[in-house]
Amino acid sequence: MDALKGFINFLAYPQWSFTLSLVGFAAIFWSKRLWSKTGGWLMLMAGTLFFGLSLLDPNFRKIVSKADNVPIVMMVFILGFFVWLSMNKAINNDRRLDSGEPTFEKSEVEDKVFTWPDLVFSEFICMVVLTVVLVVWSIALQAPLEEPANTSVAPNPSKAPWYFLGLQEMLVYFDPWMAGVVLPGLIVVGLMALPYLDTNPKGNGYYTFKERKAEILAFMFGFLVLWTELIVIGTFLRGPNWNFFGPYEFWDFNKIEPLVNVDLSELIWIKLFGYGLPGHWLPREIFGILLLGGYFFALPVLIAKRGIGKSWYEKMGPARYYIGISLMLTMMLLPLKMYCRWMFNLKYFVHIQEFFFNI
Amino acid sequence: MLKKLQSGIVKSQVWKSIFRVGIPTDNRKRAMAMLGNVALHLHPIKVKKSGLRMSYTWCMGGTSFFLFLVETITGLLLMFYYRPTVEYAFFDMVDLREVAAFGIMRELHRWGAHAMVITVWLHMFRVFMTGSYKPPREFNWNVGVVLLVLTLLLSFTGYLLPWDQLAIWAITVGSNMARATPLLGAEGPGAALLSIGGTKLIHVGSDARFALIAGRTIGGGTLIRFYVLHCVGIPLVAAWLMAVHFWRVRRDGGISGPM
Repeated sequence: MDALKGFINFLAYPQWSFTLSLVGFAAIFWSKRLWSKTGGWLMLMAGTLFFGLSLLDPNFRKIVSKADNVPIVMMVFILGFFVWLSMNKAINNDRRLDSGEPTFEKSEVEDKVFTWPDLVFSEFICMVVLTVVLVVWSIALQAPLEEPANTSVAPNPSKAPWYFLGLQEMLVYFDPWMAGVVLPGLIVVGLMALPYLDTNPKGNGYYTFKERKAEILAFMFGFLVLWTELIVIGTFLRGPNWNFFGPYEFWDFNKIEPLVNVDLSELIWIKLFGYGLPGHWLPREIFGILLLGGYFFALPVLIAKRGIGKSWYEKMGPARYYIGISLMLTMMLLPLKMYCRWMFNLKYFVHIQEFFFNI
Repeated sequence: MLKKLQSGIVKSQVWKSIFRVGIPTDNRKRAMAMLGNVALHLHPIKVKKSGLRMSYTWCMGGTSFFLFLVETITGLLLMFYYRPTVEYAFFDMVDLREVAAFGIMRELHRWGAHAMVITVWLHMFRVFMTGSYKPPREFNWNVGVVLLVLTLLLSFTGYLLPWDQLAIWAITVGSNMARATPLLGAEGPGAALLSIGGTKLIHVGSDARFALIAGRTIGGGTLIRFYVLHCVGIPLVAAWLMAVHFWRVRRDGGISGPM
């Protein structure tokens, strides 16, 4: 049992769990069986079994039963259910479209019913059920209240509200100006730009996967892997000093993680050239600047030249294409930086402390 | 006897003046019921059957709105007891739990808030998965994105109000980000550019974080600022945008469905 727990703890470490979730993310879109009712039940049972058995572990129980963490546990299960539901409906509709039938929604769309009583009563029932759920929840679980505020004693770890923990987790990889300001700002900008960037006329008003594969994959990658998974890591698996702890690991305040991260400039100038760091920031950081410049300015042009990128460019037109691809590349900068950190202990691509400009 | 009483009430002038239609028994009255009631007239008279299915809508938009109402009502009740000052805030929290009647108002408010964040995300997810942001609903998706941000800000400003360790340190971590705002944060890239003759315009006493928390550290100024934003400022904007959001659902052709 301990060996198994140790193994799961090991797998939970971000470099492995993130890689596993990338593999899982790719796999769930390959296997249509997963979205059938049987697949759904199997996933639910596996999740419940894992959670139920893990509750026997005192360290796991301690962290998931913290009052403010209970909603997040619920969210993981609820979100899982709705991902399954939407994909189940999408796959069913795709099957209908393949055989030339109208989608399920289309078969009913001409059918109109009176709002009173059909809609009004289901709304009423929803409200009653929700009220009961909220009242039971509130009686069963007391809202947290810790010691009175004390600005001179910082708890360790200090955590932001749970819905911002994905951003706090990004602080491991990026400076605050990126993780706390630019990237969240671009999430909002990207969401707002979405309807204007997506020129695909299909899939409007019904569930489908095959007609909107790229859009759904990009959105789910951002929402499930980058947003939700980082929240789960930040909430359940980050302990004192923001060190990582596996789900069954004790939160040891004395755990020490060596600070071995180095900048790209140090890797190139010192390790590769055996020279020293140049004094001025421009020659020192030139490689990082060129790398990021190429990533953001040359790569979109190259992608537009051939293959699927070319078809995007032709469908979307230059303005939509360049805005869309810039937003996508910014999003992908996060997983890229994560892997650079895990593989080369990379601290910054560009490190110009003179202007607080570190990426 | 009861029947007589019932018909007496239903036929009285007072009753008729309030419920003009009565319980609808035919299609004309069903339409009249929807038009004659201020709460119900948000709805159309008829809806697509495909849009009525819970498996299609997940009822998440409606649930988010319902939770907003729950937060408004429980928040109002909490405001009777809670004083947003450093001296009283924490102890009013203790009293709310130990002394006040219906001592679960704070729980309802907090769990409702967490639930609302989740339901708003799920609503967005559903709208995405059904492609309902596509024309003609692009603008309404944008209104929704702003409402999502406001939901998070509402929850964030409310998080400080209990004035316990959990509250102030969560807000400290969150608001420290503002320090690094490009150009406008004291430690943000480019802030040094904004200076006149060597005098810095952006410093810890004038940057984005200072504006957010009304001081160099979290204190009484932050508490009153977050309280006013939480109880008045953001709810007003959110309520207005919700009105626009619901209005546009109707104007853009009702609940989405295949064309």
